[in-house]
Amino acid sequence: MTPTRKRRVYMILIIIMGVTTAVSLMLAAMNKNMEFFYDPSQVAAGEAPVDQLIRVGGMVVEGSIVRTSNTLLTQFDVTDNAHSMTVSYTGILPDLFREGQGIIAKGKMNDTGQFIAAEVLAKHDETYMPPEVASAMKNKAAQP
Amino acid sequence: MSLSRWLVAGLPIVGFIGLALVLMSGIGKDPSILPSMLIGKQAPEFELPLLYEPEQIVSKQDLLGQQYFINVWGSWCPTCQYEHPFIEQMSNEMNLTVVGLNWKDTRDEATRWLKQFGNPYETILFDDIGTTGIDFGVAAAPETFLISADGTVLAKYAGQLTPEVFDTTFADMLTP
Amino acid sequence: MIPELGQLALILALLLAGMQCVLPLIGAVTGNMTWVRVGRPTAYASGLFVLLGFIALTISFVQQDFSVVYVATNSNSLLPLHYRFTAVWGGHEGSLLLWTLVLSMWTVAVALFSRNLPEIFLGRVMAVMGLISIGFLSFMLFTSNPFQRHLPGLPEGNDLNPLLQDIGMIVHPPLLYMGYVGLAVAFAFAVAALMEGRMDSRWVKWSRPWTNLAWAFLTIGITLGSWWAYYELGWGGWWFWDPVENGSFMPWLAATALIHSQAVTEKRGAFKNWTILLSLSAFSLSLLGTFLVRSGVITSVHAFASDPERGIFILAFLGVISGGSLALFAIRSAKLNSGGTFTLASRETLLLSNNLIFSVTTVMVLLGTLFPLIAEAFNWGKVSLGPPYFGFMFFIMMIPAIALMPLGPFSHWKQDNARRWFDNSIWIMLLTLVGAAAIYAAMMSFSPELIVWTSDDFLGKAWQFLKPWLGMVGALWVMLMTLKWTIDYVRKARARNAPLSRGLLGMATAHFGVGVFLIGVTMVISSSTEKDIRMADGESFDVKGYLFTFVGTDRYQGPNYLADRGHFEITYDGDYVSSLYPEKRSYLSGGDIMTEAAVDAGAFRDLFVSLGEPLTDDRDVWSVRIYHKPFIRWIWLGGLIIMLGGILAATDRRYLSRRTEETSKTVPERAVT
Repeated sequence: MTPTRKRRVYMILIIIMGVTTAVSLMLAAMNKNMEFFYDPSQVAAGEAPVDQLIRVGGMVVEGSIVRTSNTLLTQFDVTDNAHSMTVSYTGILPDLFREGQGIIAKGKMNDTGQFIAAEVLAKHDETYMPPEVASAMKNKAAQP
Repeated sequence: MSLSRWLVAGLPIVGFIGLALVLMSGIGKDPSILPSMLIGKQAPEFELPLLYEPEQIVSKQDLLGQQYFINVWGSWCPTCQYEHPFIEQMSNEMNLTVVGLNWKDTRDEATRWLKQFGNPYETILFDDIGTTGIDFGVAAAPETFLISADGTVLAKYAGQLTPEVFDTTFADMLTP
Repeated sequence: MIPELGQLALILALLLAGMQCVLPLIGAVTGNMTWVRVGRPTAYASGLFVLLGFIALTISFVQQDFSVVYVATNSNSLLPLHYRFTAVWGGHEGSLLLWTLVLSMWTVAVALFSRNLPEIFLGRVMAVMGLISIGFLSFMLFTSNPFQRHLPGLPEGNDLNPLLQDIGMIVHPPLLYMGYVGLAVAFAFAVAALMEGRMDSRWVKWSRPWTNLAWAFLTIGITLGSWWAYYELGWGGWWFWDPVENGSFMPWLAATALIHSQAVTEKRGAFKNWTILLSLSAFSLSLLGTFLVRSGVITSVHAFASDPERGIFILAFLGVISGGSLALFAIRSAKLNSGGTFTLASRETLLLSNNLIFSVTTVMVLLGTLFPLIAEAFNWGKVSLGPPYFGFMFFIMMIPAIALMPLGPFSHWKQDNARRWFDNSIWIMLLTLVGAAAIYAAMMSFSPELIVWTSDDFLGKAWQFLKPWLGMVGALWVMLMTLKWTIDYVRKARARNAPLSRGLLGMATAHFGVGVFLIGVTMVISSSTEKDIRMADGESFDVKGYLFTFVGTDRYQGPNYLADRGHFEITYDGDYVSSLYPEKRSYLSGGDIMTEAAVDAGAFRDLFVSLGEPLTDDRDVWSVRIYHKPFIRWIWLGGLIIMLGGILAATDRRYLSRRTEETSKTVPERAVT
């Protein structure tokens, strides 16, 4: 092999090694950070794994939000209109979180079948009105 | 041409085609929307007062026996105003039965709104707390449901109803 | 009347863009120079009409013409005047119009400043820009018309999304679009070169200032977006690896690779394939970003509503633009020779590493972002990748990038000596290792709570302990080496009485900015305190020595919202630090609730307070979010410095003095075997 050739082969080998390392790291990282989504019916059927980071989603059931008085623990039910499940979350809920709103909660199922959320996401939808009544809001806001 | 030449020329294109296929498969699927579990099932039970006659209560049973639409609206919702002319067209020109579900509204504002824009509804149910809306899985107004004569939910559309949407979502399920 | 005029203006702009696209191409093929020259005037005219359309929409907003659907859905009679201007790009249709306007501005700028380019080449560039313009104008007119009327008009509008009623949103989208769309220029130059079949270093030289400028805008656009998310979303984070953020980050990564690859192609004639490919992909990724935002195929907190029709249109457009250009590349690539060769230890190798690292990173972000779609296509179920995937991968990829970056400027083209690199950097390396440890130790002794421990096991703790030091090593390494290089360079130039090159100074500035950014990221990651707590009136809470006292809340009415305003007094060691007034607003028209965080910003730490929700009916107990974020400003300061570097490089005298450059010919290719 000519020196140029040799150099080129080295270069390509280095590139291949680098890219392979990057790709295998990427696959490993993907594998570790996959978050599967389950809807309440799947959770009810016992399909959701325990103690593994998953996401659940559905509509917050009207009247199901329970707050504790001295901690930031909130519990609420999420439904897919077929089954519902209870989600516990400690912390501050997003602005768009409200009854009747579709939400996604990230967290883990514990041994007793409760879902402990680490994060709750609510999406703002632009196409049509969020289900809050403007006038009702005004009334609510007017009361101290 | 050498192998590397082919690779340089072909790889980007192949990558792009793969990408385009993945993107194509995703079009029209909104991962945030859960498919309505109601379709093909019995509509939820409800008992609601009428908008104009608060003392009269109408239940799901009262409406059985004919195919009808439930249109969820509120006077606070601009999109409802946009779709309103088409709802009137459905009721007046296409002779369809449209039941209004006045959702999370006040009687005063709802009636004022109907006076201004017209009232195409056969019956208007008044759901100020919004519980029936929740039972129907309504995320936001407007939403429209087609209910069969025996009370089954045939189809549902969330968002502004237009002639095109009507044709694709509801038209082939209508009984003459 | 005004909206109809706006509509007409857009239609005319579309027709003119059609001429701008087709005529110069025909002229180039048939050799008819008159037709080739049509490109520029039609570009001016098309740009003028897009501007008129934009003005028409702005007037509709200022006059509150609620018979225009877009105005009615994105503003409200209570909306303050200055937000009516920004509401123009607050929704889907208007932001498309802004995009198109920015594209026209770039096109006009190219037409104005590239008059000395060969006419046929410029004609082709105009044609490609025209094609992109056609795509966006027809997308707007056929699927998302901002001027669509609804008669009779509505008495009241729906209001602008409260998230967007903010100063950050006034400047963020235009700057981000300047970057996004600016990459179209590099794209157009590359395609014109491909059409011409002359893919040497000539077109790269012409394209470089534009690419640098677009890259600078993209940098600042992303930086501002991060800053906006920090204080406006109320979460206090600065980057979420959200699909929409990734959508703007991927073109940036590709463009970063591109500006480095361009340097090699221009100076040495190597990496011609790469430079073309990166030019094509950077803009394609911009389009992909648009696709992700507009089609709603991937859920995101920022995403606009989903609409399959729009998705199909953008995808088809992406197919024409990216697929077409890649096909052209495939045909032409046979003609490309691999240019100047170089040895293992050379500046080319270092820049090649940059290119590889950034390309792989782009692919990694792309795969991660599209992962939910890929999983669904292969029926793996509903899966997505969490932010730790991106964080980990990015961290891994950036280690070699940071390690090699400062060596680049020191190295020689073609053939260098690894021994020389070592001699040049060994002292700085030692200084960095020791200096970082010293600073770390000093900071630890000053504030023992420096590291916020989140891990329980020994390995985790060891890693947490090591991380700030590693980050500081990286930052110091980059900054000190860059400083040393700059001093050497200026000294040498002085000695030779040579003028300083803005291109090189810009590069040094941008590299230095990376160091500043690194300090910010390191400190924020390892030393932030985030507390969600319950606070009653009069209660206090201590975070890293700062005592936050919740004085209480009051209610007040803003122009279009009602707000609970909290009052917090912050002291440090008993000394007054500041008073913060976070708000919880409820907007009257949409009923949207908005958290307005209050921030006491500082060079070395931010104190961040936001209100959660009232926990009692009396509204005297609230859930409160309190953050202490050290050095977070440095993240955005770094972004700002990087942008300045880009602008500095783009204004290099070599690019500005076109006349001399044209006559002096391009750098001859040195064919070395």
